[in-house]
Amino acid sequence: MSDEYEHKLEAKSDYTTDASTVGASDIDSVPEAEVADQELYHSHSWWTTYVFSQDAKYIGVQYALTAIGTGLLGLVLSWLMRIQLAFPGLGWLEPAAYYQFVTMHGMIMVIYLLTALFLGGFGNLLIPLMCGSRDMAFPYVNMLSYWAFVVAVLVLLASFFVPGGPTGAGWTLYPPQAITAGTPGSDWGIILMLVSLILFVAGFTMGGLNYIITVLQLRARGMTLMRMPLTIWGIFTATVLALLAFPALLVGCLMMTLDSMLGTSFFMPAMVSLGEKLSYDGGSPILFQHLFWFFGHPEVYIVALPAFGIVSDLLSVHARKNIFGYRMMVWAIVGIGALSFFVWAHHMYVSGMNPWFGFFFATTTLIIAVPTAIKVYNWIITLWRGNIQLSLPMLFSLAFIVTFLNGGLTGLFLGNVTVDVPLSDTYFVVAHFHMVMGIAPILVVFGAIYHWYPLITGRMLNETLGKIHFWITFVGSYAIYFPMHYQGFVGVPRRYFEIYESPYIETSTLLLNQFITIAALIVGAAQLLFLYNIIVSARLGKKSEKNPWKACSLEWQTPQMPPEHGNWGKETPKVYRWAYDFSVPGAKEDYIPQNVPPSEVTGAKVEKT
Amino acid sequence: MPVAVAIVFLLITVGSVVFHFWSPWWWPEVASNWGGMDDTIILTFWMTGFVFVVICLFISYCVWKFAYKKDKRAEYKPEDKKLEFRLTWITTLGVAALLAPGLVVWNNYVTVPDNAYKMEVFAYQWGWKYRLPGDDGILGKTDIKYISDENPFGLILEDPNGRDDRLVDGDELHLLIDRPVKFELRTIDVLHNFYVPQFRGKMDMVPGIITYYWITPTKTGDFEVLCAEYCGSGHYAMRGRVIVDKEQDYKKWEAKQITFEKMLAQNKNVKNLQLAKSTK
Repeated sequence: MSDEYEHKLEAKSDYTTDASTVGASDIDSVPEAEVADQELYHSHSWWTTYVFSQDAKYIGVQYALTAIGTGLLGLVLSWLMRIQLAFPGLGWLEPAAYYQFVTMHGMIMVIYLLTALFLGGFGNLLIPLMCGSRDMAFPYVNMLSYWAFVVAVLVLLASFFVPGGPTGAGWTLYPPQAITAGTPGSDWGIILMLVSLILFVAGFTMGGLNYIITVLQLRARGMTLMRMPLTIWGIFTATVLALLAFPALLVGCLMMTLDSMLGTSFFMPAMVSLGEKLSYDGGSPILFQHLFWFFGHPEVYIVALPAFGIVSDLLSVHARKNIFGYRMMVWAIVGIGALSFFVWAHHMYVSGMNPWFGFFFATTTLIIAVPTAIKVYNWIITLWRGNIQLSLPMLFSLAFIVTFLNGGLTGLFLGNVTVDVPLSDTYFVVAHFHMVMGIAPILVVFGAIYHWYPLITGRMLNETLGKIHFWITFVGSYAIYFPMHYQGFVGVPRRYFEIYESPYIETSTLLLNQFITIAALIVGAAQLLFLYNIIVSARLGKKSEKNPWKACSLEWQTPQMPPEHGNWGKETPKVYRWAYDFSVPGAKEDYIPQNVPPSEVTGAKVEKT
Repeated sequence: MPVAVAIVFLLITVGSVVFHFWSPWWWPEVASNWGGMDDTIILTFWMTGFVFVVICLFISYCVWKFAYKKDKRAEYKPEDKKLEFRLTWITTLGVAALLAPGLVVWNNYVTVPDNAYKMEVFAYQWGWKYRLPGDDGILGKTDIKYISDENPFGLILEDPNGRDDRLVDGDELHLLIDRPVKFELRTIDVLHNFYVPQFRGKMDMVPGIITYYWITPTKTGDFEVLCAEYCGSGHYAMRGRVIVDKEQDYKKWEAKQITFEKMLAQNKNVKNLQLAKSTK
């Protein structure tokens, strides 16, 4: 495929070499549109404009606000858990409540916050704008996708109010305990959780098909795949992963619902639960784990790949330098995506599956470290000899590299099957995955919001508040999770309602727990500053100029800012280059937007893209 | 501003290293033959730690050195095939160097030596029991159907190998030092995991199948057992004790554990007694 791409490049890029001998019309030629311009739905009433909107930008904001709202609940739950761990004497929580909060916190953060925010939120906002299209391919289905998500969230929240409360099965929902009496919420709570997940997957599928088809079919003229911003590559690949991975979760949920409600035995062997023989027989609990992690591991990359893409763009724009090794970055994203389907059982090294699988999955897991490392190298090489503006998006991106690097390297511990044996199910694991798929992507989310906020509202966020928010969030969350790894070395198991002063613990972990909890409370509180900033700046923020960061990608080149319905006015843009022509020698400005024709920048010594 | 930011990033890097070397939180000394796991962790620490420090220092340097200046232009260099190629290969070699020793240790972990003493660890919500093979060295077969108050382990009555099995009905297990032991892990309800931090080993227990792992205890002492797979509200309280003994103490303890046969006889006596009482 890359050969074909090179070939096309040759054919199209003659014009960049010697502009003077060729007429402007030739060097600016872009292939004709293959399909007619999109017919858009125009809303007529208040309801169809502000509630049941079919405009992807608006749906993106709806998705993001719903996800962030749900995420705030997840944050509060984590506070309650942390207070229990640090000050067990207070007796605020019963064990059952603790486990319910652990479960809801995990599921909310992974699915209802991060997945929904990156794909539903940023996907909807950025795909049409960055690809130069007027909207998603199927705006009506897109609207349904959002409302299915809302219903999924409501069903999830409803589980707090049913008899027995929400499920306390842990976010992995492992049977048999998820549906047997020893676990809180094993009657109603778990069913609502499963139904909510099923709704989420249904809703996501509608959105996901939209994202993929829009990227493949509705790109502007001249926007070849290899000119797309990495943000789009990340979101696109993550969506493909999600469409392949979520079905495994879906069937797992359906089967467990049947086990629970109809007494089938997909995952349930013969067992004696709290002294009572149950009627199940012959099912396999490990089958569920395979289904769950066949979804669950790609899920990590469903969150990570959009973050990878977005951070690449933020680094490039704010370092005023092209992203280093663009093609390698694209193939790394695609490669990581493909490999992510062959590593799932590294979550199951000590699950009781055939131990010989360990050799295969340790090898594939460590192979995936290679393209991931390449991405890190390319990010930092992008900084090299850049012209680095320490704006908020840049600060968050730098913080992302540090936390992601830290979390990625501890992944090399856990992926290496031998090392995983003593560390699995300890706080080392908790620290690892929070660092790598909690903090790191969230830092990108913040960077992205500071970056694209003017595009949505036409105003800038307050810089001072933003800086305070940044330093507390970055340093604070590092202080939470870095020491937590060492609790794992001590051997403190995760999912313990309380860990007494056990004889094997040589140095008290209570002190460390208290430190971590205080840091967590501070970091959590700092998010209020961020919320305040977002709410107040929408009205009172400094007015943003057009393209405030001087970026090259298309979303900043709309005729109006914020872009209107249909994005592009009369005609959709033509694209002449990739999204990273920063600091091109010979060009007047230090950036050349994607839609600037070569005839306008004849002196610039651009490399072919 | 750029200097300050660079310094903070530098401090975070240095702080991480300092914390690593001076942290009082570290693993309890290994008390089994799995010191190799610790060695692999140490190796991984050195390699990944090196990468972490180098990359973080690089970032700090770039932030300071290439800070924004209005009249300055960044370098324009989209690709560098040679550099990318080199970095890819160095990374691949590094990763292979981590993986290879790991796989060797794993191979030992999943290959149980023939002379290992086979015993059963029995988990339930929320506690531990143990079953020793008796003089014949063979554990009797079990079935969940047979579990009852009289037969708490669910031994199959017809299996003669089970008659002399010794049942440890309590959460304290004794092990003999320097004798390899294979834990045959069994649960009757949900997932559990038999974990002693000093032994390093771990494996989930799954209802319906028998899982296993093996260790050789290398130190006498009193250790805590923790359940390491979430098993419901009582998970955190599912603890037990393992005591590693020298031969003499071990023999004494073993002799005190009741055999299945004796237990059945006792049950019968109790029943007869009750019968006799009720007919009076």
